[in-house]
Amino acid sequence: MSCDTNISGVLQYDYVELDAVLAEYDGVEGSLIAILQKAQDIYGYLPREVIEHIAAAVKQKPAKVYGVATFYTQFRFKPVGKYLIMLCMGTACHVNGAKSISEAVCEELGISDGETTQDGLFTLSNVACLGCCSLSPVMMINGETYGSLTRDKVREIIGALRSE
Amino acid sequence: MRILVGQGSCGNAAGANKVYEALAAELADKKIGAELISTGCIGACYMEPIVEVIDDDGEKYTYVRINADLAANIVNQHLVGGKPLDELLMPAEDVKVIDRQTKIVLRNCGVIDPENIDEYVAGGGYNSARRCITELSPDRVIEIIRDSGLGGRGGAGFPTWFKWNAAKNAAGDVKYMVCNADEGDPGAFMDRAVLEGDPHSVLEGILIGGYAVGAYEGIIYVRAEYPLAIKRLNIAIKQANEKGFLGENIFGTGFSYNIRIKAGAGAFVCGEETALIASLEGERGMPRLKPPYPAERGFWKKPTNINNVETYANVPWIVSHGGAAFAAMGTEKSKGTKVFALTGKIKKGGLVEIPMGLPLREIIFDIGGGIKDGREFKAVQMGGPSGGCVPASLVDTPVTYEDIPATGAIVGSGGMVVMDETTCMVDMARFFLDFTQKESCGKCNFCRIGTKRMLEILNRIVEGDGREGDIELLEELCINVSSGSMCALGQTAPNPVLTTLKYFRSEYEDHIYNKKCPAKSCRELLTYSIDTAKCVGCTMCAKKCAVDAISGEVKAPHKIDGEKCVKCGNCATVCKFGAVVVE
Repeated sequence: MSCDTNISGVLQYDYVELDAVLAEYDGVEGSLIAILQKAQDIYGYLPREVIEHIAAAVKQKPAKVYGVATFYTQFRFKPVGKYLIMLCMGTACHVNGAKSISEAVCEELGISDGETTQDGLFTLSNVACLGCCSLSPVMMINGETYGSLTRDKVREIIGALRSE
Repeated sequence: MRILVGQGSCGNAAGANKVYEALAAELADKKIGAELISTGCIGACYMEPIVEVIDDDGEKYTYVRINADLAANIVNQHLVGGKPLDELLMPAEDVKVIDRQTKIVLRNCGVIDPENIDEYVAGGGYNSARRCITELSPDRVIEIIRDSGLGGRGGAGFPTWFKWNAAKNAAGDVKYMVCNADEGDPGAFMDRAVLEGDPHSVLEGILIGGYAVGAYEGIIYVRAEYPLAIKRLNIAIKQANEKGFLGENIFGTGFSYNIRIKAGAGAFVCGEETALIASLEGERGMPRLKPPYPAERGFWKKPTNINNVETYANVPWIVSHGGAAFAAMGTEKSKGTKVFALTGKIKKGGLVEIPMGLPLREIIFDIGGGIKDGREFKAVQMGGPSGGCVPASLVDTPVTYEDIPATGAIVGSGGMVVMDETTCMVDMARFFLDFTQKESCGKCNFCRIGTKRMLEILNRIVEGDGREGDIELLEELCINVSSGSMCALGQTAPNPVLTTLKYFRSEYEDHIYNKKCPAKSCRELLTYSIDTAKCVGCTMCAKKCAVDAISGEVKAPHKIDGEKCVKCGNCATVCKFGAVVVE
């Protein structure tokens, strides 16, 4: 992550990469969402300071930028763990027992939706539909999809990632 | 020799990428010069990963449920040894099911390499665009689409030609052609499969439409959750530009047109045209009043035409085969084919493309193989959160834009989630309200607050706290939310509740008055006990109980302490003697 802690303990963000993005979109109307997406790619989430930095660059109020960002589920405002677990809550997964899978994940990690484990390894995020309905119930961890889940399978998968 | 590996997102999730790697390694090892191709979704998701071997005589061998080890076997025994592995081939009955489909939108999915434009072109790709741009007038193109009877595949079935014509006739030099690839219905993945498996057919459709409308630019608004689709679209756009099918002076006619991608950021409401436009402009994706319609005043206030992925993918085929050929399929008012995503408690889940007008029974039982685990078919949910549940008693309803809405559901974008007797319909309604309540943009009070109140009522019903009058209150809210909302999200949000109330009212009553869930799905309404006649005292349930609610001596009947029991169901799952009674 592109940030350092200075003497007073306040996070200082490195804006070099972000400024390049802002320069690329300078004067391009309607590019706020694209900028926010790239900012999230850089920092892993959208820290308040970064939102303020973007707002200044696009000459908008931070509240306006924040308003756009919070409208969309893709944007996160807290750091995520090393493994981002996206648990599918779509219709097909629901019908095939996603609730029980969700309970197994929560029990195994001791966190609920939107939270990160204390060791910073796992973040759990319930998502609407991953589009792999035929393999339901499904979850995606850092881009890798795991299908036809059972409670035991969930424990195995998480255990394997933990020991990596 | 050509070897195809079905590598849509779902195929990869089932392990197709590992199969591809294993095939590549084994082919290199054995020095076999076969053409190894990563293709899109073949449709038969329940048999993934799928590998197709097409030998030099054109003979096709479809291997199903392949893993890395089996992939190596295919190379060694079939390719090297010349002996196909019969036991791994797709069973004849499944081949029959695939053969009875009519593939127009999915014509290239699972057949060509979506990352190689030459394969698309070899099958006649971009000939339709060439013909339109070099030989036909924009009016003639719109006429062909009118003759085909093509309706918007995003849900409503609104005539495509009418929208194109309106955008064409709108005043202004700068016009936009937008492709709505923000497939947000949970339980639907048709558009993803098309974008991943045949991106050029969508680009060609947007190009033809752009020519007909006189557009300046095409924009594809695609879900950020579909990374593979975005990757393949980017490759396709680049290749189409290199070939001169997009860009300046296309086919030497002076017509210039570009297509670009805009990644959505996750908001179901952005499937609504005006919300999608707001999002394209970098704003919160909130709908506005219509009129003015996007055809008059859309993206950057310019005339804008918006169609769905599947709609565009039909266009090149319609131009090459003629409007009449498309109109010959389907019914009087619902023309052509439609792609459906069959999921839920169905044996053979996946993508199917069939002519409009087939009865649900044929789709669910003949094509989908019926219900999993020998259970009873209860209902099918169509149209996602805006749709409804069609009960088993109406299974002979033909799937058309007239007959399905008469049941209270909608054809929608094509998601069909099949349910059996273990699915609780009240919980299903609750599930969809939970979704729409979260996805409401908040602009209209009835949608923002009404869906929240409806969800609260449904939550208390499934938790055993339902009250007398709840059903009537829900019905009243349904009417008010529907009539008090500006866009389709709010207007249709009550549909899942209305249809389940219409067909499964007794389930609601059982929950509220008898505190029972007939489907035995709502946990708070269940009680667990042990049938002492069946229990052999194996102690398995007691060992698996996380809260020590089960007691008993070895080889003597056990007992569940109802006070301690958290109704997790572990005991019922592990009992081999059927002694755990769930009521």
